[in-house]
Amino acid sequence: MARERRLMNSLIYVLLLAGSIVMLGPLAWTLSTSLKIQQHVFDVPPQWIPKPSTWSNYTDVWSKAPLLHGFLNSAIVVVAVLSVGLFVASMAAYSFAKFHFPFKEGIFLALLGTMMIPYSVVMIPQYIGFSELGWVDTLLPLIVPGLFGNIVTIFFFRQFMQGSIPNDLIDAAKIDGCGYFRTFATVALPIAKPAIAAQAALGFMGIWNDFMGPLIYLHTPERQTIQVLIASMQSNYISTSNYPSLMAASLIALVPVIIVFFMAQRYFIESLAISGIKG
Amino acid sequence: MTGYRRKEMLWSLLFITPPVLGFLIFGLAPLISSLGLSFMSWDMMSPAKFIGLDNFGKLAQDEKFYKSMYNTFYLLLGIPLGMIAAMALALMMNRPLKGVSLFRTIYYIPVISPIIAVSLLWQWLLNYDYGIINEFIWKIFGVQGPNWLGDPNWVKPSFLLMGLWGGVGGTMVLYLAGLQGISSSYYEAAEVDGAKRWHQFRFITLPLLSPIHFFVVVMGVIGTFQSFSQMYILAADGGPEYSGATIVYYIFQEAFKYFNMGFASSVAWVLGVIIFILTLIQFRFSKRWVYQD
Repeated sequence: MARERRLMNSLIYVLLLAGSIVMLGPLAWTLSTSLKIQQHVFDVPPQWIPKPSTWSNYTDVWSKAPLLHGFLNSAIVVVAVLSVGLFVASMAAYSFAKFHFPFKEGIFLALLGTMMIPYSVVMIPQYIGFSELGWVDTLLPLIVPGLFGNIVTIFFFRQFMQGSIPNDLIDAAKIDGCGYFRTFATVALPIAKPAIAAQAALGFMGIWNDFMGPLIYLHTPERQTIQVLIASMQSNYISTSNYPSLMAASLIALVPVIIVFFMAQRYFIESLAISGIKG
Repeated sequence: MTGYRRKEMLWSLLFITPPVLGFLIFGLAPLISSLGLSFMSWDMMSPAKFIGLDNFGKLAQDEKFYKSMYNTFYLLLGIPLGMIAAMALALMMNRPLKGVSLFRTIYYIPVISPIIAVSLLWQWLLNYDYGIINEFIWKIFGVQGPNWLGDPNWVKPSFLLMGLWGGVGGTMVLYLAGLQGISSSYYEAAEVDGAKRWHQFRFITLPLLSPIHFFVVVMGVIGTFQSFSQMYILAADGGPEYSGATIVYYIFQEAFKYFNMGFASSVAWVLGVIIFILTLIQFRFSKRWVYQD
């Protein structure tokens, strides 16, 4: 029995390892290509360890495309939307989780209903509205809608607050003469910290990796987010078959996300799992 | 006390005001205007014109509409493929093995990677002459691999392949959480009754994971019907014979390339209604097969 189990475990190790190679292989190949010089890209058979290797593709794309602007623009959208949006969402969730008011269920259901509306249905009127305001080619159409709080986030916070903020605690704060807002800010918010961190991690990924909205609104290269810049690499900055530069560019876009992921890994996997089960 | 209650209620309403405003301004209002637009012809330059159902008539005769619709439905195949792979991985990782968390991280990396970077990377991997995938096919099978992104028959399988690589880790994490939620007493009882491994999987694990299956299918359908970015990169202008265009790509082209705002809105509404109906059907059927505690 023990022998059988050991054999099974070894087999699983081998399978998982093979799978890992499949998962990491494309990334390794990207890295390898990005370090090659153009003449060696189409070598047959392909070389995994580039000889000679060079960083020049990275400096090359960095100097040709305004990638620094791209990073800054993406960062502006992320910081603005997350700092205001998460705060607003936690306020609404607190109210939905802990208090009574008229039409509470109806309002919550209506908000949840927006999850059913595909972006492509609302994007055209939104575009028309924002262009009336003169906001096309600015970051505002990407920021402003996010400031009102995202319903998925509200739903997640509400579930969390219902379970982990005792009513007695709120009542005790009330008796001590703590007002509504102060009770929220000093009692509820600190308890909700792990939920907020989880949503911040997910929100960062969602906003940073967003493509369609930025593509529609941003036209001037210096005003584009990193994703739009990278997507226009081949048409605007480098030749179509310049794969070393293209791979360097896509790694430049990839690395910050992977760094954030490793720093906040716990929150990602946890929040995904929680929202999955509860959903 | 009643004065206090009133004040508390007002505060609560104040707290939910921003999302409600957001819902009205960025959800409901555009939804209604979009419906209105779908009965109009408008290029954002000349004045809008009411044309009744003409957009829908034009749509019914547009070959691109049918192609993009077919392509989108085809890509739904990715959902069962992803579920099978993710479940297999989750079952393998759901045992006390050393280094499992490292594996979990590795499989999860593509999930968090930006879709644009991932698409560019796959554009290179799938290159007909020099791509590493065709190189492997040549080495292992001794045949020339397909012209992935250049052959209308292979564009969609390319998307499925890339989608599997990029998405399996996310689904796997969901299944892992589901597996950890199954009480071991079920398996102990089954052992006592002498149930075989396969039967334990078929009659305990699989049904008890049904809430996860349901979540994955619902989100998968919604996600597939909204896919756009990978097509934008890998199938420029819809790819060969429009074989790589999804319905959202088609809407995007009509709206932001040709500025047929009215027509694009009518396609978007058709898409919205399809997603709504499919989701409704899934919820209806879920009562039959989703196990609830």
